[in-house]
Amino acid sequence: MESVGILGVAIGIAGRLWPVWLALALVVLMVFKFKRRLGLFGRLFDDRAGIAGVLICGFWLFTAIFADVVAPLDPRVQVAVMKNAVPGATEPESGMLFLLGGDLLARDVFSRVVYGARIVLTIAPAATLIAFLVGISLGLPAGYFGQRTDQVLSFLANLVLAFPVILLFYLLVTPGIMDTPIPYAMAGVMLLVPIIFFLVLFYTGYEARPERLYLYLGLTLVIGGWIYAGLVFDSDPLGIIAIEPNELNIFIAVVFASSPGVFRIVRGLCLEIKTRDYIAAAQTRGESPWYIMLWEMLPNARGPLIVDACLRIGYTTILLGTLGFFGLGMGPESPDWGTAIKDGSNVAQLRLYFWQGLAPAIALMSLVLGLNLLADSLREQSLRD
Amino acid sequence: MLTFILRRLGVMLLTMLCLSLVVFAFVNLEPNLRKLAIFQTEMRASDQDLENWLQRNGYRDDFTIRFGRWIGVWPKEPVIDPSTGQPVPRFRYCDESTETSFSGVLQGDFGCSTAFRTPVADRLSEALAATGILMFWVMVVMVPVSLLIGVLAGMREGSRLDRTLSVASIVSTATPEYVSAVIFTAIFASWLGWLNGSAATALTKGISFNNFTLPVMTMAIYGIGYIARMTRASMAEVMTAQYIRTARLKGLSFGAIVVKHALRNALIAPFTVIMLQFPWLLTGVVVVESIFNYKGFGWLLVQAASNNDIDLVLACGLVSVAVVLLTQLISDVGYALLNPRIRVS
Repeated sequence: MESVGILGVAIGIAGRLWPVWLALALVVLMVFKFKRRLGLFGRLFDDRAGIAGVLICGFWLFTAIFADVVAPLDPRVQVAVMKNAVPGATEPESGMLFLLGGDLLARDVFSRVVYGARIVLTIAPAATLIAFLVGISLGLPAGYFGQRTDQVLSFLANLVLAFPVILLFYLLVTPGIMDTPIPYAMAGVMLLVPIIFFLVLFYTGYEARPERLYLYLGLTLVIGGWIYAGLVFDSDPLGIIAIEPNELNIFIAVVFASSPGVFRIVRGLCLEIKTRDYIAAAQTRGESPWYIMLWEMLPNARGPLIVDACLRIGYTTILLGTLGFFGLGMGPESPDWGTAIKDGSNVAQLRLYFWQGLAPAIALMSLVLGLNLLADSLREQSLRD
Repeated sequence: MLTFILRRLGVMLLTMLCLSLVVFAFVNLEPNLRKLAIFQTEMRASDQDLENWLQRNGYRDDFTIRFGRWIGVWPKEPVIDPSTGQPVPRFRYCDESTETSFSGVLQGDFGCSTAFRTPVADRLSEALAATGILMFWVMVVMVPVSLLIGVLAGMREGSRLDRTLSVASIVSTATPEYVSAVIFTAIFASWLGWLNGSAATALTKGISFNNFTLPVMTMAIYGIGYIARMTRASMAEVMTAQYIRTARLKGLSFGAIVVKHALRNALIAPFTVIMLQFPWLLTGVVVVESIFNYKGFGWLLVQAASNNDIDLVLACGLVSVAVVLLTQLISDVGYALLNPRIRVS
């Protein structure tokens, strides 16, 4: 079988990724043009770590978005001749290039890595978002009210945190559990929290302006209810929002594992902000506790929370990889990076065909690295204020 | 201080009880019980056979009673053989008593592993010993290296050395065990051929540089970055303190300032961080032992969970929760002891 060599592979990959380069170039151009008006995001471009972070995250984001264009093959297609093919091998019949070689089941490693980005970059940020909303909704009252509320909530959070993550996943994401109502019940409760969060947020914020209040409340109920119906009951009337049962299970497990961490951070920030003068002023004005929490404290806690969100998306990516690595939740055919690393990392496979495990491993590492660099730079920039 | 520790221990026991209850509930879910029954009976058992097996071995008894039996506050009864009417042990290979007795965790009986066909306590102690050795070497590598990196980076904040080391630590925190294992194995075992890609021989033929370097390196690398970053932050903060300026004005050399004045104060925070690394190391142990086929605690946990070996899963859960909570306690107490400004109340 012919191979185009390392240089050929590099040129080939760079060529396939043209939509990504184009999008990245556009972003960079826009940033340099409107740098002053972009605030914190613009200032990220002041140091090298920040630029690297934005570029790496942008790279994977655009790869995920343009996966259909970038990947030459469907991630599940098997081309029998290309079993364990070396990187850069060409398929004899069609002359198509397997840029990163073939895997054990004769699928194109490059396409799988590209489609894997799509899976990771949908689940990880979405799960982080929900985990943040759950953590904030519970952390604010724990920090603000203190006493009994704090004791009960902190005990529960510590309970989850004391659980070894792997055992938690093995219990929550076994195939058998899909026969029980547990994942759906957990999804039902956890996805209800964001809806309640926004309802309370708008209710406390726009109490005095009914015309806006009703608009926002209505919008929350419609959009929230729509997503809720699609995810929990799999009965989206428009058929746009749908999730595989096993993906819902993974999603819930990841949210469950990472929300106590958010809870702790929010609670800590809340305890610190509670002592500030403007909180006392709001209390004297007679504002309701939830108004103070959501409209006075939360905006003032946003700096550390944004930094933590970046780190946590990375952490969630690692968790997803762990799930895939232990063959939990994701289907055996799934192109996600964890499953790919598992398939490529058994001793014999890694010895002879190292690229099968190495390609997704480097992909995952670089994404997490990008997010960490971004978080680091954000922290530096917000400290400078 | 004593009341603080006692109260923490109380909370700890409550946490362990709650978590055991949760794990107990999960492993006794219907699909999981079926899985267990299928493993334990012959391959082509009918639904009725499975049900009979579960019934006979007491898996259909009341949930609370069974949990009570596991803890040891409710007597365990032997199974009555229907043909002879004689009491027989539930699992012959575990040497269980045929008399009704209190025999649960409180009495030191962790039950019987159905996957390994041996008492849980035996298998578990063996696995914990193996993991202990691995942990020891990981600590030996991880702690000095990460402290050194952190101190070197933090003593001159913003210098080139600091920047290089900081980027290196960010890279290492971005590399979970299963990624570094793949990369290291590809380089050192497949390509260069220096090291073994498996640590299976470490338990049978003894630890050697060849079979143990990769697992230790893989596990250490993720923690090194994190601890180093904490140490760096702590060191950088100490270096701006008033007493360091005084020492500098006094005319002490830079080395003397770092070693005699800064180091001790800078190492308080990393101590907590190192202690809190244990829960993460636990996850790391599971990944690393599975990849390198080292039959320790993590490997055992995976086997137990994938076979739904009820007693073994419960015991593993209990051990890991205890480890996590104990290290938290030690880190809190140690922090208070190291830092005279903190008083526990």
